[in-house]
Amino acid sequence: MHVPDGFLDPATSVATGALAVGVVALAIRRAERELDDRAAPLAGLTAAFVFAAQMINFPVAGGTSGHLIGAVLTAVLVGPWTAILCMTVVLLVQAVLFADGGLTALGTNVTLMAVVSVVLGYGVFRLLTAVLPRTRGGLLAAAATAAFLSVPAAALAFVALFAVGGVAGVPLGAVAAAMGGVHLLIGVGEAAITVAVLGAVLAVRPDLVHGATHLHQAAPLQSRAEPVGAGITR
Amino acid sequence: MSRAPRTRTVWVTGLLLALLVAGVGSWYASSSPDGLESAAEQAGFADTAQDSATADSPLADYAVAGEESRVSTGTAGVAGVVVTLALAGGLTLLVRRRAAGAGTPTD
Repeated sequence: MHVPDGFLDPATSVATGALAVGVVALAIRRAERELDDRAAPLAGLTAAFVFAAQMINFPVAGGTSGHLIGAVLTAVLVGPWTAILCMTVVLLVQAVLFADGGLTALGTNVTLMAVVSVVLGYGVFRLLTAVLPRTRGGLLAAAATAAFLSVPAAALAFVALFAVGGVAGVPLGAVAAAMGGVHLLIGVGEAAITVAVLGAVLAVRPDLVHGATHLHQAAPLQSRAEPVGAGITR
Repeated sequence: MSRAPRTRTVWVTGLLLALLVAGVGSWYASSSPDGLESAAEQAGFADTAQDSATADSPLADYAVAGEESRVSTGTAGVAGVVVTLALAGGLTLLVRRRAAGAGTPTD
């Protein structure tokens, strides 16, 4: 759903640009805590993988295609703040080198796919992991649901931006219906790819998955009273 | 130690997969309009899209100099994977260095 130049007026593009800069600056500070010895080398790789996966448009109904966004996949693998940085790099490379997504729309695309998708998707993931069984299956179900919802969420965020700053005077209901409908379908693909990749990493090295920390904590003979986020004294 | 593969093995496997997907798989991707493009057609605002300032760049639209071929698409994909890896890897490395030096006042 890379937004091209021209769909939104300059004021809206400047606003989303400012929001994107602010969130990325915050993410640079917050990602410190996520990037331990294990996660750091995987962050760059995850971004590269998402770039590759985004090249694969899969067909959905009615002569339309979609591709992975990868926000939930990245957030579960390397942590949400690091995911915001990874997704932003992917979108930057796509806009600058490949003319995929407009340059003036870069802030908009970061807002939709690096901020809304990550924040909402990871929020849903955390909520679900809190209530679902602390098993691999529970984790994958949470990730699948979060990945599925992250796509229509980004699509509806675009509709909200279009309502504020859309250049064309077309009925908003039509935009919402068209965007929402097709992105529900693309969300199914998003969930499938997210589960396939996460499932593969969990099968070989679950300890590398940021969002699977609660599985290790639930392991037998291990204290659950361990304080969260403690012990980083680099 | 169990039989779990080393981090380096996982890393190399992941990179090879990414290169394979971008370098080979991308040629088989659907060329139908994506969700936003088709929604824009349907709702009637597709014509407000403008060409990006980078539309004439050598790798625009995931092709080398606009050439439509397996090699061109694959090369563009591999270049994208390498650049993304370098930028995202470099950025996270910098963030980590910054964290390591957090004890000393830098700002």
